[in-house]
Amino acid sequence: MTRETLFNAALLLGLIAVPAWAVLADEPFTITLATRAVILALAAAGLNIALGIGGLVSLGHAVFFGIGGYAMGILAHHAQSYTNLMDWPFVIPGTKFMPVIWLVAIVTSALAALVIGILSLRTTGAYFIMITLAFGQMFFYFAISWSAYGGEDGMSIYVRNSFPGLNTLVPIQFYGLCLAMLVLVLIFSARLRRAPFGLALNAARQVPARLEAVGMDPTRLKLVAFVISGVITGLAGALFADLNRFVSPSMFSWQFSGEIMILVILGGVGRLFGPVAGAVTFVALEHFLGGITEFWHIILGLLLLAVVLFARGGITGLIAGKEVRHD
Amino acid sequence: MSTILILEQVLNGLQFGVMLFLMAAGLTLIFGVMGLINLAHGSLYMVGAFAAAAVAGLTGSFVLALIAALAAAALAGAVIEIAVIRRLYNSDHLDQVLATFALILIFSEGTRWVFGSFPLFLDIPAALSGPVTLPGGIQYPLYRLTLIGAGLLVALGLWLLIERTRIGIQIRAGENDREMIAALGVDISKLYTLVFALGAALAGLAGALVGAIQSVQVGMGEPVLILAFVVIVIGGIGSIKGAFVGALLVGLTDTLVGIFLPEVLKLFMDAAPATSAGSSIASMSIYILMSLVLIWRPSGLFGARS
Repeated sequence: MTRETLFNAALLLGLIAVPAWAVLADEPFTITLATRAVILALAAAGLNIALGIGGLVSLGHAVFFGIGGYAMGILAHHAQSYTNLMDWPFVIPGTKFMPVIWLVAIVTSALAALVIGILSLRTTGAYFIMITLAFGQMFFYFAISWSAYGGEDGMSIYVRNSFPGLNTLVPIQFYGLCLAMLVLVLIFSARLRRAPFGLALNAARQVPARLEAVGMDPTRLKLVAFVISGVITGLAGALFADLNRFVSPSMFSWQFSGEIMILVILGGVGRLFGPVAGAVTFVALEHFLGGITEFWHIILGLLLLAVVLFARGGITGLIAGKEVRHD
Repeated sequence: MSTILILEQVLNGLQFGVMLFLMAAGLTLIFGVMGLINLAHGSLYMVGAFAAAAVAGLTGSFVLALIAALAAAALAGAVIEIAVIRRLYNSDHLDQVLATFALILIFSEGTRWVFGSFPLFLDIPAALSGPVTLPGGIQYPLYRLTLIGAGLLVALGLWLLIERTRIGIQIRAGENDREMIAALGVDISKLYTLVFALGAALAGLAGALVGAIQSVQVGMGEPVLILAFVVIVIGGIGSIKGAFVGALLVGLTDTLVGIFLPEVLKLFMDAAPATSAGSSIASMSIYILMSLVLIWRPSGLFGARS
């Protein structure tokens, strides 16, 4: 067992033990914080597939997070106001049922990722970063001017959406649901890395020319990775909206894209549990430093600078050492 | 729709465009010469605006305010270049994005700490306030007209600097082959600091000039930064000419589509939905423009490399 495996196991154990303690000690706020960390980890786990394996520096992942959030917001808004989403040519009612909301979030973010990916992957390097950033901004302004769904103010949803067999209004049950999604996505990511697709994608990041020489199309691999990545972040957006029972254009904001990226880097880019370590650290910093000073972003900025300049492997790298190379 | 209104909006678009050029020129210069993608450029714009507002508040002089903006932004640029940016020239873009994002966090919160969360105001100098009458009977604010003139002058000056001076030759040589010009005895790290400070000063100038017609507040730089990115993606990264053409295209598209699209849509549909659909599409128009340029030429209008 490597140190990284031990570290990952400890993280997972913490994600089970801390909320369990919070239930016993009757500390619902700790559960909310943990839920926030788990959902952010999910969003970052999505980005980690594009960024960590595929090397795609997307500074526009808030698009998918926002789409997931608005999928939830729009469907639940129609359900709570008993109106139809569409009357013609089909009648589409709203819904408060999580699995349906997730499905809509997944399909819409996949479509958005496909279109953005096709356009952005025509370019590489700095162009790619700027273009994904610009598309993020486009969605942000669109959400602001979309007055039918709250415009700049966003939308509030009065009651958390339902999931069969659970009472999602109980914090620990909703937490369990989010944790289960995170674990599923982590298992999926772990398998993806070892699958032929993941190996080819890794090669597409490192030496695209050789990949082309054996008859594979690196751009197509990256596009698929971008879509998978967007879908996971979109799902996280739907959960995040349900956690806050509120969606607003700030879910699309470029600062949020930067934050998701910070989570990945802080935890250790390309590491399976990097997003989890990053999100837990981020939420803890936000909570404790935010309690000390309202200017805690200065400290976050300095910390991020330190990680970029001196600790390239992030927290996982500091604790577990360099990644074991299999090649 | 009258000709006067159209001309007025064209002037507004030009004014927006030349201010975007000041931002985009620095960004594209820094990218072209050092290969660095600098997200903190918007923070330098903010530094310029705050320095101008603070000095104007103390002395009441707009000229001093502009000098302060240039000096503060150039100084801030030189300091971050020496302390942080210098270590990033050989890093990949991901590290550059993160480190400069960290700088944004530090600059924004630092400014909020010093100046508070309330916006400051910078007044248009008395000599430049009020409208002028242009040929054809158009009433147009003198200050905005001055901005267009100032932006064009800076563009000309920058072109002369790059094409006609010794420093310009070194900068262009630095874009092509940094080892070679270092071997020829040019102090490359001093040159880089100079280019970075020059780009920062341009951003600071833009911040101060625009600060007089908008409010000066924390976070004012980032929306402009992202538009400047769109500009240089359209123009081609590293090309000053591309930045100029791209800035004018983006400025004009943003202004004209925002004004005229709702009017055009009203010809086909009811007024209320036309206005809301028009403003939605207008807010996306420059990104649609960017996508079209990318489909046509993935490395921008004047871009040499991708």
